[in-house]
Amino acid sequence: MKIVIDGLHKVFESRIRLGLMSVLAVNQSLDFNSLKDYFDVTDGNLASNIKALEKEGFVDVKKTFIGKKPNTKYFITKKGKKAFDDHLKTLEQLIKAQK
Amino acid sequence: MKDYREYIQDISEMRSMMERSSKFLSLSGLSGVMAGVYALAGAIVVYRFFDFNPNRISYSTGESVSSQPLWQVLLVAILVLLLSVSTAYFLSRQKATKSGEKFWNSTAKLLVTNLTIPLIAGGLLILIFIAKGLVGFIAPFTLIFYGIAIFNAGKFTYEEMKSLGIIEIVLGLAGCYFVELGLLFWAIGFGVVHIIYGIYMHYRYER
Repeated sequence: MKIVIDGLHKVFESRIRLGLMSVLAVNQSLDFNSLKDYFDVTDGNLASNIKALEKEGFVDVKKTFIGKKPNTKYFITKKGKKAFDDHLKTLEQLIKAQK
Repeated sequence: MKDYREYIQDISEMRSMMERSSKFLSLSGLSGVMAGVYALAGAIVVYRFFDFNPNRISYSTGESVSSQPLWQVLLVAILVLLLSVSTAYFLSRQKATKSGEKFWNSTAKLLVTNLTIPLIAGGLLILIFIAKGLVGFIAPFTLIFYGIAIFNAGKFTYEEMKSLGIIEIVLGLAGCYFVELGLLFWAIGFGVVHIIYGIYMHYRYER
């Protein structure tokens, strides 16, 4: 199935991915454990959903070190923010149209 | 195509995720009421029993027969602070557990950092005041720095914290000018205002 309506992105059909985008849209960057606090899923599930968003170019990673421990932070890209805003706008329009 | 009810659910999910991840919403209103009660009790104890009511900036305790040394007044103040913080901690953690939220999440960390920095600065300044004998400034300055801290932290929790911060700052400034009313303003700011805000927050967000 292709994208049904302009602005609604297929990758956002998953609630978790939509939630991840919502969290990252209002935070500068968050590490994996902070993201995990907001979702009731396994590490593997969450990681694969983040991977899917990374593949679309909506989310990017920044690798730093805290002392000697590697720390990976996730942030939303410009492209991702635009796709997210468009998705939200389209949803609002769809609701208005169907009411 | 999805039903519009699903779209509505999508949107409300997005909105709630955006809010939950940028604001600490487990802050308990009841803990505000309790903090107000502790503060009022503390103010009454130091005024009635220790006869502490600075009427000049450089006020020394022990001017009248019944007054107690300053360290006893400070001990009451520290007790009020510890009770308030631990009540806020326990009630907020309880609220978080009830709503299925993780208590110590990224927003809690943001809130605590933004509260702590102005509070530590204020605490150190007050120690300097004590060292220099400027006792009359202690109560009003706790209000001012608390107000700044709360206003600053308002970005990361309920909007109402900002107006609470401004009220505390104004009361603190008034207390600096009218030094003889410093303890009264302190009791209003930390006692009465906390109780009013606490009740309001409790009815608005916790029912």
